Amino acid sequence: MWYYEKKLQYPVKVRECNPMLAKFLIEQYGGADGELAAALRYLNQRYSIPDKVIGLLTDIGTEEFAHLEMIATMVYKLTKDATPDQLKEAGLGAHYANHDRALFYENAAGDPWTATYIQAKGDPIADLYEDIAAEEKARATYQWIINLSDDPELNDSLKFLREREVVHSQRFREAVEIIKEERDKKHFF
Amino acid sequence: MSKTLPPEYYQLLEDIQAVDFVLVELTLYLDTHPNDYDAIEQFNYCAKESRTLKNHFEKQFGPLMQYGRSYSNYPWDWGQTPWPWQV
Repeated sequence: MWYYEKKLQYPVKVRECNPMLAKFLIEQYGGADGELAAALRYLNQRYSIPDKVIGLLTDIGTEEFAHLEMIATMVYKLTKDATPDQLKEAGLGAHYANHDRALFYENAAGDPWTATYIQAKGDPIADLYEDIAAEEKARATYQWIINLSDDPELNDSLKFLREREVVHSQRFREAVEIIKEERDKKHFF
Repeated sequence: MSKTLPPEYYQLLEDIQAVDFVLVELTLYLDTHPNDYDAIEQFNYCAKESRTLKNHFEKQFGPLMQYGRSYSNYPWDWGQTPWPWQV
């Protein structure tokens, strides 16, 4: 089971109301390489992956939910005081018409999240390579958003998230080696 | 929702976030390096430190965790603000 802890993994501060940045950030909320997809991808893979890497998938998958909450906090803080006109100007007019200021699992272009963002191959190497690619794509997305953002306080939190993708990618690469070692061991018998 | 929090709230919370970050990082590292004795020692040290900091925080600002992982004051105070996105 899971326990919720009433704290963010890393502080999230924003300088000012900025719905345009929120629109970009929603990519990491409900986009293909976003935090929701990441959490669900890893936790779902646990059931069919060799025992040696179940712990890692559980722990990274859980951390992704903490990141999802950080992104939600950013979007919430960037939009909570925005007027409908400001939202419309930022390209969130259609979002407002459907959701007001509620968060929605969608990407920056407004496409709703879909399970097709996630593969589940049942082959540990294929699954782990997908995970590595997902982390690298998420790292790149964070960089593009940082490039678009002029909010230094927000960027501090985004840089934290970008670095977490680097660490996750590294751990998944090590998991691949662990799986290969196990696989090669078995061949001797 | 926007009640004013003393500076100590933010300081204590940040101390907790710092040590808990070390614990997350060590957890993932140990998942792929299970025989690193020094890292496990550091992990156990930080786990204790985290517990101490959270006991201190919870006495002043209420429970951090649900389902009995934290004690409750009277009246039941789990649902009290602020939630993490409100600070």
